[in-house]
Formats: sequence, structure tokens, C-alpha cells
Amino acid sequence: MSISLSLLIALSLMIIGFYAAPAKVRASVGSDQRQLAALLRQYGLNTALSVLIPTIAVVIGGALAGGGGLFGWLIVIVAGVAFMTAMLRVSPQQRARTEAEAWIKLILIGASVIAILTTVGIVLSMLFETRNFFAQYSWSDFFFSAEWSPNFRGDSALGIIPLLWGTLYISFIALLFAVPIGLFAAIYLSEYAGRRMRCVAKPAIEILAGIPTIVYGLFALITVGPVLRDYFASPMGFGDSASSVMTAGLVMGIMLIPFVSSLSDDIINAVPQAMRDGSLGLGATKSETIRQVVIPAALPGIVGAVLLAASRAIGETMIVVLGAGAAARLSLNPFEAMTTVTVKIVSQLTGDTDFASPETLVAFALCLTLFVITLGLNVFALFIVRKYREQYE
Amino acid sequence: MTHKSLLTVDALTRKRNTAEKRFKAYGLGAIIVAMIALALLLTSVVSTGSSAFKQTYATITVPLPAAKLDKSGTRDLAVMKKVTTIGYASLLRDGMVATVEELGIATDLNAKTIGKMLSKEASATVRNAVLADPDIVGTDMEFKLLMNGRIDGYFKGRVTMESAALDGNTSPEELQLAQALADVGVVDTTFNWAFLTAPDASDQRPEAAGLGVAILGSLYMMIVVLVLALPIGVAASIYLEEFAPKNRWTDIIEVNISNLAAVPSIVYGILGLAIFINFMEFNQSSPLVGGLCLTLMTLPTIIISTRAALKSVPPSIRDAALGVGASKIQAVFHHVLPLAASGILTGTIIGLAQALGETAPLLLIGMVAFVREYPAAYTPDAGLFGEAATALPVQVFNWTQRADPSFVERASGAIITLLIFLLIMNAIAIFLRRKFERRW
Repeated sequence: MSISLSLLIALSLMIIGFYAAPAKVRASVGSDQRQLAALLRQYGLNTALSVLIPTIAVVIGGALAGGGGLFGWLIVIVAGVAFMTAMLRVSPQQRARTEAEAWIKLILIGASVIAILTTVGIVLSMLFETRNFFAQYSWSDFFFSAEWSPNFRGDSALGIIPLLWGTLYISFIALLFAVPIGLFAAIYLSEYAGRRMRCVAKPAIEILAGIPTIVYGLFALITVGPVLRDYFASPMGFGDSASSVMTAGLVMGIMLIPFVSSLSDDIINAVPQAMRDGSLGLGATKSETIRQVVIPAALPGIVGAVLLAASRAIGETMIVVLGAGAAARLSLNPFEAMTTVTVKIVSQLTGDTDFASPETLVAFALCLTLFVITLGLNVFALFIVRKYREQYE
Repeated sequence: MTHKSLLTVDALTRKRNTAEKRFKAYGLGAIIVAMIALALLLTSVVSTGSSAFKQTYATITVPLPAAKLDKSGTRDLAVMKKVTTIGYASLLRDGMVATVEELGIATDLNAKTIGKMLSKEASATVRNAVLADPDIVGTDMEFKLLMNGRIDGYFKGRVTMESAALDGNTSPEELQLAQALADVGVVDTTFNWAFLTAPDASDQRPEAAGLGVAILGSLYMMIVVLVLALPIGVAASIYLEEFAPKNRWTDIIEVNISNLAAVPSIVYGILGLAIFINFMEFNQSSPLVGGLCLTLMTLPTIIISTRAALKSVPPSIRDAALGVGASKIQAVFHHVLPLAASGILTGTIIGLAQALGETAPLLLIGMVAFVREYPAAYTPDAGLFGEAATALPVQVFNWTQRADPSFVERASGAIITLLIFLLIMNAIAIFLRRKFERRW
């Protein structure tokens, strides 16, 4: 039996239950509805939910187990049994509302468990393939080798060091650009700017946050890269590549500005006004107050914001795919093309992939490394930010 | 020691005041830099991309001789299909040359070169028209046909006489002829609807490439995301905000959700590849898998904003409902949820906008494939949303990887389309917030 047909049967059982249960209970009490333990529609709702939830459970379980020929029949049988029991239980004494609400609560719990399942899924899917990878490739070479040259004929060198170097270098340049600008913008907006200025500048900066990263990537590719090459790198003899650490770093910096500024803005605003008033009352100028009172008080939160931005930069993909280049290189020259962990995940997994070769599986190991790094940064940053908020609440 | 008047500014005060001014200028400078970056970003994309919305066409009369297109004379489609686009190309060449001669335009170009001024797509256009209506065979029909990418570039200012002289694919003479044809109105540049409706085209014919399949694919994925992420996200938020007891488990769920919101998007691509494609064996590059990945990615965003919306409904509403005998579920579903609806919708739209622009996870689940067929929403073979498709941002990426420089214009045009969609979604979100937001 096809799955769509059996789902259709389950759905019709649900609808039948929704109308048949109230009809049955009404028939048993006649015109005196006061004898019922719940409103009529609660009986219908309860019956429908009693069919729906076991069916959903079977469908999810079956999808995870990979289906099978009897899967369609199983759905019909479960839905049918659920329908029969629910209908048999319908009586004027049944507490239909309480039961229906228990089902609803089960749905709510199930939905919030999906968040956990996602994490488990992420970790498991990466762990499983990473283990396959390390069965074929030595882990010490992966973590400590400084050479990256995948070769689909075999004997590839798959060292993560050059990729990590590119990732960290680009993130560093991005933060070097974004942190001062974002921080100063936040300070200006929260401490100096008038109402009108705030109304214009704040949404404008937030527009930057709403622009998809592919747009930044294209900007790096068609504008920033060629400009940097023609006006900086080539005349100064740093190389003639349009895609470079600098290109990707600068554009990523622009992307991070709203991130840093809106987080810092929240944090600066959380510093109690009394602290500013105290400083100003002692005769400090506004900038002295900001530098010596507000910023030190907000520092932990700002550090948290910078760490969150760093984690964003490390995991960013499209800007580096289009702006940074594909050559794995360990170099200090920021105008040279380098590559990152995310670029290599994309390039190893697009096109024809063979899930038995280490050249493909390495992407999972790279992704797991990336996940662990960003997770560590996030947990640490969220911990700091939370701790900081509690301090002034 | 002499005391100076308070009104005369001493050196230290002056220094402190300049420091103050300097500090303020840094702040203003930072905002100006951010604004300039935004302006540069938008002008760069708009200036390279806006020409993608215009396209150069030639309106010429093409002879459709029965002797060539339908040798059997029976108008049998199976036989007529044997004439390939190469066969039609010679007809177009004749039509083009005839038009040039008729208008009395002098040119040194040979017939072959004149024929090549039309796009390679043009012969397919005529062939499809003939196969759709075999009765036109034997007549002379007027067609509006695509010019090739270089000629199109000339009318948009991308190709100049100087660059054409160095280009193997065109020559200044061709451009002069095209200009002469444009002067008499045979060649015309009009709004390019095909860019929004046509499917992608191969590397050799950038002038025919369009966003039709990508827009359709993105639409399907947004439907999947909306149908799954909204109910699941709202249900999860209701549980966490209204029912969850404060214990270790709910704490873990909460920390988990805020971490999931910060996980790099590419990780969701790996998840989709490993679970939905390798393990559950859904179709590669299908909008279903893409939508599922994006659903998991947007869920944390939706949950966080929904919880904020639920939190903003004052407890007195719940207390009043409970006080007149509603159950907890009734209080939430009948009173709290409707009052939080606008906030939830706003958050959902913003989550959808984020999903619409996301590229990286889709690359990993195979959405980079070259797709020319419009995907159907449902087929018995592939199931619901199971046919291969692309998505708008992936199409942009795809075009940036092509060799022909005309694809840069197309990619920027696709970005403009994407940004317009995002603008509309955000405008709706702002409108909803303005219109329905309540302050308690």
C-alpha cells in the first residue's frame, strides 16, 4: 500500500472521528447535554488527536528506520486501532477536554524536543562519517600536517593547518575592521546621537545584517577584489590575485559591523545611568565617562559580543568561497589567495562525490572541527554575556 | 599662585575638550564608514545588475520552407522533430541576411557571421514555435529573437568598439551592423521578462539564462519552511514559555536553542546531506531536502522571536482567563496566542527572509546542479517537492562560476531580484509590527 494512500486513510479517520465522537455522545444523552463531562467539540478534538499523534509517531519512526514495504500497512493499522479505541472510549463520563489537552501538551513537548534532536542529528551525522574518515586517514596527519593537496587518485595530503590558518587570518582581519567600527558606531548611537540620527542610522546599519551573505560574496568578487588588486596589491608588489585574504576579510568585516554594533548597543544601554551620572557629576567629560566608566563596566559583555562575531566569521562560507580563493597556503601576505575550512567543505562535497574516499569524508572531519570551535566560542560568549546581564539586573 | 577666571579656558581643559571632540568624531566616522559600505555594496550590485533586466532582440522575418522542415509533407511531429536546431540556424541566417539586404544596409560581413549575430537560443525558439504549431510551415513568420551576448552587451555599454576589436567572438563591423539595424528599429532593447521566467541556459548562451527555475525552487522551499517551521516553532515556544517546569532538561533545551541559532549554516548542509540524502534517501537537489535543512536552520530564530512575543503578553491576561475557569491550554490558545500573533508573524517572516537568502547548506545537498526543467510540485515518482530544482542564491553562485563575463551581469541581476523579495518580506514584517503591535 502506498504511503500517500495510507496517510490519506489516516487523515479521513481523523476527520470521521472529529464528527462521529460528538454525534455518538450526543445520541447517548439525548437532549440533556448537561450530563456530559466536557463540551461536545472536545470529544471530537480528543478523538482526532488520538488518531493523529500515534500516526505521526509511526511516520517519524518509519522515516528514521528507512521505510519498507509494510510501512503503509503499519500506518493504516495504527491509525485504525487508535480510532477504534478512541471511539469505544467515548462516553458522557469521559473527561474529553483533559484528555485532549494531554495530547496537545504531548505535541508541544515533541516540538521542543526537535531542537535537541537537531543537535543530536548534527553531532551524530558528523561523528559517524568522521570515524569512517579516520579509519582511512591518520588523525595525527589531519591535525598536524601543514600540507593540503587532495588528490582523487589517492595519496592525498589532508592537513587542516593551512585551512585553519586561512580561516583565522581572514577572521582576524574581519574583526580588526568590524570591532572598532561597530563599537564606535554603538557608542555614538547610544551616547551621542540625537533622536533623528538614531532613527536613520540604526535601521541603515541593521540593513547590513539582513543582506544575504551571497550578496557580500558577489560584492567581494566583482568590486572589492579587483579594486584591491589594481590599487593596492599590484602597485605595491604584493601579488596580483583579486581573491585574497584582504578581500574576504574586508567584506566579512562589513558583514560583521551590525552584529558587533547591535550587541554592543544592548550591552552599553544596560550599564546603569547612575554610573554615568556619577562620573559626569565629578566633572568628567562625556568621552572620559565613556572610556573610563561605561566601557570598563560593559567590557565583559563586549568581549562576549566580539567572541560571537568571531564565531560568525569562522563559520562564514559564501564570502570566502567567492572572495578568498581556493589555494591552501601558509603565508603572511594578506594580498595572497588563501583558503578556509568552509571553502574546502564546499569544494570536497560538491560535484561528483564518492562517500568511500577520504577526499570526500574529510569534509565531515573539517565540519566537526568547525562545529567544535564555533560551539566552544558560542558557549563561552553566551556564558559571559549572561553573567554580565545578571550583574546589573 | 594666580587664579585665572573660570571663563578663560586653560590648557588642560582645552586638551580635554579636543579629546572629547575627537572621540565624538570617531563615533560619527564609524557610522559614516558603515553607511558608505552599505551604499557601495548596493550601488555596485545595482549598477552591474540592472542591465540584466533589459535584453536586445531582433524582429526579423524567417522563411519556414516546407521542403526543409517537413520533407514528408504530412506535418507529422515525430518526423519534424528530426530537424535539429542546427537546421533551423541556417533559416535564421537567411532571414537575417534578407533583412539586412532589404533595408539596404551595406556591410562587408559574410552571411555566416551575420547569422551568428543572433543568439544560439534563437533557433530553439523558432523550432519550438514550429513544433507547437506545424501549420506555420511553408509561410514566412515574423519572430522576435534574442541577439547574442556580445551584441546585447554593446547596447548595454558593456562591450565597446575597442573591446570588440580584441574579442574573438565579435568584431567592430558586427557592432556597426547591429547599430545600423537598431537605427531602423529592427534591433531593439526591451524589458527582459524572460530573465524572470526562463530557465537557466548553458555556458555559451548567457543572453538566454533566466531565473524561472530558481524562483520556483525558492518558492517551494519557502512553502516547506513555512509549513514546518511555523507550527513546530510556535509549539516549542509555547511549551518552553508557558508550560515547561524549571529543571535541568528545560535548561538544556534552552541553551541548546541559543547555540543552534549560532551554528554556522554550512553545518546544516552537512546534516541534510548525511541524514536526509544519505540516510533517508530523499532526492538530491530537491526542494524538499532544501526546505528541511532551512527549516532546521530557521527554527531557533522563530523560537527565539516567538518566545519574546509570548513573554510580552502581560500575565494579567493569563490570570484573568484562569480566573474565569479556563484551563491552562485554553488560556494560552484562546487569549495569549492571538495577542502574540503579530509578533510571531513578524519573527516568522524575518526567519523566512533569512532562509531565502541562505546559500551554503544548499550547495552541499546538490542544489548546484544545472536544471533546465521547471520542477513540478508533485509527481508520483519523485513525491512532494521531490524534483530537482535550484534556488535564487544558489543560482547566483552558479553564475559566478561561469567563464563568460556576461554571467556577472546575470548574477547581479539575480541578486537584485533576491533583494527585492527580501525587501518586500521585511516591509510586510515592519507593516505588521507597526499595525498590530500593542504596548501594555
